Amino acid sequence: MTAASRAAEAAGVRVGMPLAKAHALVPDLSTMPAAPAADAAALERLALWVLQHYAPIVAPDPPDGLVIDTTGADHLHGGEKHMLSGLVNRLEASGIAARAAIADSWGAAHALARFHADPVFAASPGDGGAAADPLPVAGLRLEPEAAGALRLLGFSRIGALRLAPRAPLVLRFGPLLGCRLDQLEGRVAEPVDPFRDPELVTVRRAFGEPIGAAETIARYTQKLVCDLCRALESRGLGLRRADLLFYRVDNTLQAIRIGTARAERDEKRLVRLLCDRIETVDPGFGIEVMSLTASRAEPLVLRQATCLPGEMEDADLGGLVDLIANRIGGRRLYRMAPVESDVPERSVRRVPPLAPDDGATWDSRWPRPARLLARPEEITVMALLPDHPPASFTWRGRRRIVRRADGPERIFGEWWKRDAERAAVRDYFHVEDEAGERFWLFRSGDEKAVSGGLGRWFLHGIF
Amino acid sequence: MPAAAVNAVVADLRDRIRRLDGRALRGRGVLPFEVPEIDARLPEGGLALAALHEVAGAATRMDDGAAATLFVAGIAARTRGKVLWCLRRPDLFAPALAQAGLPPGRVLYVEAEDEKNLLACFEEGLRHGGLGAVVAEVSRLPMAASRRLQLAAETGGTLGLALRLPHSRSGVDPYGQPSAALTRWRVSMLPSAALPVPGLGRARWRLELVRCRAGEAAEFEVEASDAEGRIAFSPRLADRSVAAGARHFRASA
Repeated sequence: MTAASRAAEAAGVRVGMPLAKAHALVPDLSTMPAAPAADAAALERLALWVLQHYAPIVAPDPPDGLVIDTTGADHLHGGEKHMLSGLVNRLEASGIAARAAIADSWGAAHALARFHADPVFAASPGDGGAAADPLPVAGLRLEPEAAGALRLLGFSRIGALRLAPRAPLVLRFGPLLGCRLDQLEGRVAEPVDPFRDPELVTVRRAFGEPIGAAETIARYTQKLVCDLCRALESRGLGLRRADLLFYRVDNTLQAIRIGTARAERDEKRLVRLLCDRIETVDPGFGIEVMSLTASRAEPLVLRQATCLPGEMEDADLGGLVDLIANRIGGRRLYRMAPVESDVPERSVRRVPPLAPDDGATWDSRWPRPARLLARPEEITVMALLPDHPPASFTWRGRRRIVRRADGPERIFGEWWKRDAERAAVRDYFHVEDEAGERFWLFRSGDEKAVSGGLGRWFLHGIF
Repeated sequence: MPAAAVNAVVADLRDRIRRLDGRALRGRGVLPFEVPEIDARLPEGGLALAALHEVAGAATRMDDGAAATLFVAGIAARTRGKVLWCLRRPDLFAPALAQAGLPPGRVLYVEAEDEKNLLACFEEGLRHGGLGAVVAEVSRLPMAASRRLQLAAETGGTLGLALRLPHSRSGVDPYGQPSAALTRWRVSMLPSAALPVPGLGRARWRLELVRCRAGEAAEFEVEASDAEGRIAFSPRLADRSVAAGARHFRASA
């Protein structure tokens, strides 16, 4: 057996088992002959997909892994953790059981992704591979015989191996073990040979003399963008995602990735987006080669420009949206759209900034507060009569006397979502205190309690 | 010298100063409040469009700036084009903005993780020139930053509104430091007028024009902005101790 599905593993089938034994365990097991070449091709297809959607530097890590250098790319996905869980979720949705880990070095990430209990794990930066200590030595990318011999000697965990004196180990197992340990700790650089699909439009420039100054990089960036735009123009494509890779003289890679909200072929804008991020590149001892790839390109539809006064209002915000999204991340720039829900905190959802506007808005029969607290805060209240607004309430240690009030506006829980909401009722009151400040309070509980004036009171918003 | 001649000389000087400022070139004009009492206090009869303005909440108590938020939303609603709203805490409730005249299709939100990025996005939005207004919820606005923003607003011809929200309830006055903004406003709540039936009427605000370049500080009592973002002069002034609607101060900053 070279691989087993989750259902097969649950039935007791293990990788490495003879086929006859597996059949004995599960009589109706469906098996297929292993096809390493097809697996490698599928891994390359997956690498291309990751390249187009996630990070500029991706390489297949055969037989069953991908190594991704996230430097310069995670900001487009809302940080490392978000990127990782998003990636695993999307793979899961397409039927690939994936595990992922992020760490300072390839070695540590390799071990963590395969042997950490958590399928999605991000090691804290700068720990030098300490997160991999409790993992088995099989995570070290050694020959299987070497791993078995280490186990025989009593080294079951990577941490024990790291503490042991290095010289006798190297004498016994060869230099690979020391090298792997150094790679795990990040002491030896391990360059990733980036996967490149010949279909992607790529332009590159090699320099006789390594370059390093930011101005020089900016100048060559402009030249590369110029070349790329010409290449894209001949194919009728526009750019959605571009990667600028820097090959340093010390054989490491640096990358800048930019994304645009819609297909783009405007040189000035693209240069601006790339140059905004040059400060994140560390040229080290110099850069030998720069290459610019259109990782994702789409057919570019030219839009008709207008100068009629009535249509001028909707200025083109694409450039601004790209600028901001590349600076702070695409998730942090959004528009709000209404959701058909009476529960206030569920009535808004975020949509992409350039999503078409369908003109929908919220029902405006009842006023809504300008600031909505993330969690309603419990308040103590004095009310004269059960279904009256409160006469006074205490919030954050301050008592306020209610002068005027409006309400109640009754909101029922959405029973079709969760069972707990079947009985949930809120009565909202809009109250004004003696200083004129206005608050949004509600009494919560089941219908009987709220109608009888027994529910708990919360403050939900400020007008 | 007769009065008319003096006025002509003064007008000519003002014109020259304006040209030195670079404001004559922009020709974006002003956004009037459509309340004669307030517009009369502002140079050229309204909020200058290609400029930076600051709005803060009540000074006495660290309030949540909800009234200031609605005031800003009302101003932004009366501009043309989309509005960029830069914020740090996502506690702004979009339906309230829609009720102040900013439908969801008009507002783009930027949630910056730190103050530096927030100011950078604010500046980028002002410089772009295709937006109606840019609002940013800033807690600190040093002189250098406000100068940059003011220049960006002039370049892009966009209305910039700095909503000064306190980040901690430390009691620091947001207007303790000078800034390059053209006007500084302070909005606080006032008790609203009693209705003949139980319920709540339109909210009332005390609107303080703390600083106004080429103008004097003033204070107004107004009714909160309506569904189109318009404020109205409060009719309930007769029973206040202040006889005239707007008290005058010497310019304080």
